[in-house]
Amino acid sequence: MIITQLSVFLENKPGRLFDVTDALAESGIDISALSLSETAEYGVLRLILSNPEKAKQIISDLGVVVKTTKTLAVAIDDIPGGMANFLKIFNDNGLDVRYMYACVGRVSGKALMVVKLSDTEKGEAILKEKGLDNLKPTDIYRI
Amino acid sequence: MPFLNEKIECMPKEQLKKLQSERLVKTVENCYKNVECFRKRMDEKNLKPEDIKGIEDLHKLPFSYKKDLRDYYPYGLFAVNMKDVVRVHASSGTTGKRIVVGYTEKDLDMWADCVARMFAEIGVTDKDIVQVSFGYGLFTGGFGLHAGAEKIGATVIPMSSGNTSLQIQTMIDFKATVICCTPSYAMYLGEEVERLGVKDQLSLKYGIFGAEPWTEDMRKAIENSLNIKAYDIYGLSEVMGPGVACECKYQNGMHVWEDNFLVEIIDPETGEVLPEGEKGELVFTSVNKEAFPVIRYRTRDICSLKTEKCKCGRTHIIMNKPTGRSDDMLIIRGVNVFPSQIEEVLLKVSGNSITPNYQIVVDRVNNTDTFEVNVEMSESFLEDDIDIKTIEKMEKSITEKLRSTLGIGAKVHLVNPKSIERSTGKAKRVIDKRKLV
Ligand SMILES: [Zn+2]
Repeated sequence: MIITQLSVFLENKPGRLFDVTDALAESGIDISALSLSETAEYGVLRLILSNPEKAKQIISDLGVVVKTTKTLAVAIDDIPGGMANFLKIFNDNGLDVRYMYACVGRVSGKALMVVKLSDTEKGEAILKEKGLDNLKPTDIYRI
Repeated sequence: MPFLNEKIECMPKEQLKKLQSERLVKTVENCYKNVECFRKRMDEKNLKPEDIKGIEDLHKLPFSYKKDLRDYYPYGLFAVNMKDVVRVHASSGTTGKRIVVGYTEKDLDMWADCVARMFAEIGVTDKDIVQVSFGYGLFTGGFGLHAGAEKIGATVIPMSSGNTSLQIQTMIDFKATVICCTPSYAMYLGEEVERLGVKDQLSLKYGIFGAEPWTEDMRKAIENSLNIKAYDIYGLSEVMGPGVACECKYQNGMHVWEDNFLVEIIDPETGEVLPEGEKGELVFTSVNKEAFPVIRYRTRDICSLKTEKCKCGRTHIIMNKPTGRSDDMLIIRGVNVFPSQIEEVLLKVSGNSITPNYQIVVDRVNNTDTFEVNVEMSESFLEDDIDIKTIEKMEKSITEKLRSTLGIGAKVHLVNPKSIERSTGKAKRVIDKRKLV
């Protein structure tokens, strides 16, 4: 399933991450998945949220750059090799995985992952074809 | 070469010096008699007007400062009776109380003459149509350029500043051949003209820009976008207004009209006059003004002078473009750094990836100066899926450019758009946290 991801630019100053998550919590927005990549100087926070448009406004009001992009959410069998199977499918179809991170929680024994591919639409089409596009929005946003 | 007053503009050096000396002696006498602040400073130095016999004695005279204009606000430094003052101008300066300057009828005429010399030099004639888009009002820009253009006999459009679409429409409809405004506004006009695709409907030939610092890159950008030749004019209201110095066709710096203004370069720390060619603080003495004469006025502008003979034939000394302000100059790890140098580097960064807003933070940690430059990214710089690598690449590129320009390393931080504090008017560019004991 294609979902909207927010990327937030953070200057590595104390409290910036807290400011963002706190503002979201105050507005009752749930964070379904979160990934923080950082260097000594800068950080980029990637978020999957229940209400991306509203969240974007809230974060933007903090004076922070926030952008939206499409990513793929997939449910992976939580068994040895479950992840490898998925990666093989992408690899066989010439899709690069740029990055991936896990959602908090799981759905009927499967791990939920957010995957950024070189071509998100193509990735979704392939999963559909293979019957692996098995998520509903409620699986992601009700966690 | 068209001159407004060839006899004055090309006057042999010796003769010019004689004229300056006569006028200086008269100015000193007059100020001693009529300006309390000047008289006090002369007395403190045990100087009498008779001690000043010519320009060779200029260096003996006391300095005057912007602060004086605040202390004697509004009319305390005027040297004539108010009934002879026909105009005042005022400026907010960057901080605090306003400053006020005054002009007699003769002063206004002298001012118009200075500006008209520039119009004549660059080839503006009575057939030209001059759009003055400097602000009209307490600011000297609008009225200064207006009077100079009228003196040439050109047709003046007293447009004043603001309302960009009306500016462009007027330029097109009224067939303006000359545009006068601040360089930053000219940049903006140029961008709008390009956006509207009306460049070929313009009749512009020349532009005269001043009242704020600008770079050669800005000049090129303005010349391209408006299809004109762009000239630089220098002045400050404390000394007169725009037209104290002007570029000639050869654009080898700006001729200071020495029959009216004496110019010196001093060491801003010691006050010593520096040898010609050296960089220091620009100091002016007006020798042909009645209402508001200034003696050794410290402009705080940093630049250098050159007396080399100009191809235009004018004998008046040339000042190079000011490179900064002495009150802005920072000494970091023993190296002189002007915020304008940093600005120049940032302006050259490609595209619209950063905004012109920056902030310099200097501190002293373990007896070593730390030097940081915060640079605002523009909203459009970051991709939809923000990548730290892009940010780090930009940071590295700016860091390298700063090092090669300044000669010392700065720690560059890219920060969120609009995150650098804007005070009303000018942004606070420099934060110096060093406490020198
Ligand atoms: Zn010249």
